[in-house]
Amino acid sequence: MIRLIVNGRPVEVDDEPSTPLLYVLRDTLELNGAKFGCGLGQCGACTVLVEGAAVFSCVVPVGDLAGQRITTVEGLGTRERPGALQHAFIEEQAAQCGYCTAGMIMRAQGLLERNASPTDEEIRAALEPNLCRCGTHLRIVRAVRRAAEARQRAVASGLSSLGRAG
Amino acid sequence: MGVPDMKVSRRAVLSTGGALVVSFALAPSLAGAAARSAGRAADRSLPGSLRSTPMLDAWLRIDAGGITVFTGKAELGQGIKTALIQVAAEELAVQPQAITLVTADTARTPDEGYTAGSLSMEDSGTAIMNAAAQAREIMMRLASERLRQPRGELTAAQGAVIAPGGRRIAYADLVSDRTLHVRAEPRSPLGNPAHRRVMGRSWPRVDVPAKVFGERAFVQDLRLADMVHARVVRPPSYGARLRSVETAPILRLPGVLRVVRNGSYLAVVARREYQAIVAMEALSRSASWEETASLPHQSRLFADLLAWPSRDVPVGRRGRPPSLRRSHAATMLEAEYRRGYLMHGSIGPSCAVALFDHGALTVWTQTQGVYPLRSALAGLIGLPESRVRCIQVEGAGCYGHNGADDAAADAALIAKQVPGRPVRVQWMRADEHKWEPYGPAMLARVRGALDAAGHIAWWQYQVWSNTHSTRPGGARELMPAWYLERPLSPPAPRPLPLPAGGGDRNALPLYRIPSLRVDYRFVPKMPLRVSALRSLGAHFNVFAIESFMDELARAGKLDPVEFRLRHLDDPRALAVIRTAAERFGWRAYRRLAGCGKGFAFARYKNLAAYLAIAVEVSVDRGEPMPRVLRVVAAVDSGEAVNPDGIRNQIEGGIIQAFSWTLLESVKFDRTRITSRDWASYPILRFSAAPRSVEVVVLNRPGQPFLGTGEAAQGPAAGALANALADAAGLKLQDLPLSGDRIKGAMGS
Repeated sequence: MIRLIVNGRPVEVDDEPSTPLLYVLRDTLELNGAKFGCGLGQCGACTVLVEGAAVFSCVVPVGDLAGQRITTVEGLGTRERPGALQHAFIEEQAAQCGYCTAGMIMRAQGLLERNASPTDEEIRAALEPNLCRCGTHLRIVRAVRRAAEARQRAVASGLSSLGRAG
Repeated sequence: MGVPDMKVSRRAVLSTGGALVVSFALAPSLAGAAARSAGRAADRSLPGSLRSTPMLDAWLRIDAGGITVFTGKAELGQGIKTALIQVAAEELAVQPQAITLVTADTARTPDEGYTAGSLSMEDSGTAIMNAAAQAREIMMRLASERLRQPRGELTAAQGAVIAPGGRRIAYADLVSDRTLHVRAEPRSPLGNPAHRRVMGRSWPRVDVPAKVFGERAFVQDLRLADMVHARVVRPPSYGARLRSVETAPILRLPGVLRVVRNGSYLAVVARREYQAIVAMEALSRSASWEETASLPHQSRLFADLLAWPSRDVPVGRRGRPPSLRRSHAATMLEAEYRRGYLMHGSIGPSCAVALFDHGALTVWTQTQGVYPLRSALAGLIGLPESRVRCIQVEGAGCYGHNGADDAAADAALIAKQVPGRPVRVQWMRADEHKWEPYGPAMLARVRGALDAAGHIAWWQYQVWSNTHSTRPGGARELMPAWYLERPLSPPAPRPLPLPAGGGDRNALPLYRIPSLRVDYRFVPKMPLRVSALRSLGAHFNVFAIESFMDELARAGKLDPVEFRLRHLDDPRALAVIRTAAERFGWRAYRRLAGCGKGFAFARYKNLAAYLAIAVEVSVDRGEPMPRVLRVVAAVDSGEAVNPDGIRNQIEGGIIQAFSWTLLESVKFDRTRITSRDWASYPILRFSAAPRSVEVVVLNRPGQPFLGTGEAAQGPAAGALANALADAAGLKLQDLPLSGDRIKGAMGS
């Protein structure tokens, strides 16, 4: 058994340690956010946070992650209490097919955890590992900027951060 | 006129309240029959898809549970669900939230063929708009009788008919199960375009929240009880035959339930997904294949394309033969343009879930056409169509005919071997890259002449390519069927008919040219698998035409925008061009060093959406990639139902077309496709995305829907090439306009 903390909740999984995290999240824990895109760490559809840093879950063996905190898009918020990025992606309508969306949001969450007010250039650079085939890039950049600004405003006004990082 | 006859009204009044049952219009067996006879039965007087499915209750159901609208079209990430809900809400005088939309499902929805060709609004949007308006009118008439009030004094709002003084009857209390089981009328009492409440507004997409919260949004996310996972061991190359494989060790691997072998078709079923992948990889290592070198030399592809036998399709003839005109020509130019094979490149490899149970097959699929797929799968599995149900569930964006139908065939073939258990199959990345049908390679030769006054006097255009559709059809188009012990072989390819065309889509310039000859050289030989890629031939033909238009303008020392305007009469074409040029600041543009601007225009299929686009780029001799600084596009899709949806589609189309045009071409050796992942087939990433894209939607309330999804592909390619030519002083005739090519042409 491998112990993980997924979206703030301790879980034990019985997958082979060599199993990439992606399949543990999707198949064992029945989470939908992380997507299979390439299995090669080339497209970012599978992006999740491990200890706050964005990783390609399709190439990280779960056996390497014992005891670590993992956040998927499900851990950022709900329809009732959306995370800042989730809210911003809806506001900007920053999706077409939406298959890359959860990975984009997690890559952006990783950015905002280390840089609360990134420039557009920094946003683009951070999102470079993630592919979008529908051509939604500019809306995604706008959504990340919007989320960053919302978080800044929330901090400035003393409210609890809108973006729960899990 | 648009008003149902009294017989219907009386019958409806006599019946008691209850549900409209859609199965009256669409019992599965009847739906199959309707599909088969759709061509014969089509009533050309009816609007949109009402032609093939004329009963109102096939489109609308109203009962105590609410309003349900049915479409035979599929959500592909283009936002069609939201737009169709808006159309229905407008004509039914309700809020969009009051409507539940059911998308393509052979057991529930009309047969609208494929969700393709930017036709969903024209086909389904038009049908739903008219069906909803006619249903509203039926309910108004019924209410008029019930309330003993003249029809003219009643209004419809918020799901009820309301009389002066406030008396109201809810829709659900007006309709019984047969009320809307009536044939549509040719004309409908449509709402006044000047008083839209829901259409023309940027309603947020209904499918987006599930995608940002990680809910079950995709066929990839389906988890059915007892579901098992399968992977297919695809052959290493086209036509490869499986010589031998050792299956016994595979069956001992953890979780493996079954190895499926049927001729050269090889697959494995396991309890969990990663177990299936591990087993597939082991199986693949033990398999030995016999391959044939069936592919052309990549370096000689275009010489081959010209040399292979072709069939001529005349596309356009106008004016006197060129020989008579040549003497008048002040300037003569010619050019040759080329495009390699392009991938759809879906970010999520194709996926399907199938359940074979008690002699019936149910398939959850991301197909663009549930009815054609049902027919193909019935043939593949050997079942009557009535025993096969295809339910469309969203996948990742497909942009045309990718692996979706083949994945459904995989799921069906494997599910038949494990009856009673749902089987989920998802392709691996290399499966999608190597086996999806590509957008065909194309070549065009253009010659043209300007007269002394700077008008195009003569134009000759020839374009060579394979067919642009090998969609099913029947089982023979399903790629897995080619590898079975008793293999099926694909039918002979055919060119798609004009006026929409395939390789000749948009080959005919819309410009006023007195003497013109346009021909399509349809090439049947297709060593690489090809089919429909977003916009078909329009991407390349518009790129070639618009590049050549700039050549002619340059030769005549004319401004490219002015040059286009002087060759067009259609006021809607002029409007998009003027709008894009003005918003871009075309006239006042001041070129900085290394920068350039480019313009292009086309009307998609020469009969759908108008789009004009201006692009600014910068080219740095030290950098392999040009930078796209600024893009402004203007689009006229007829009446705009969801303007932000249109903007989103156009922005996406532009950026995707930039990726195709700048970066992409499928690589192969004599035997194998070698573009097997995103490293060997790179596509545009954030660093190469334009700095800004602005899309202006010219809304035309009351005008027919013209569709949007594919309108940008050609003009975006043309404007980008023209901007690069302007910035670097180059003629760019070969796609992709990649960095090395630009650097080489600049002689740096």
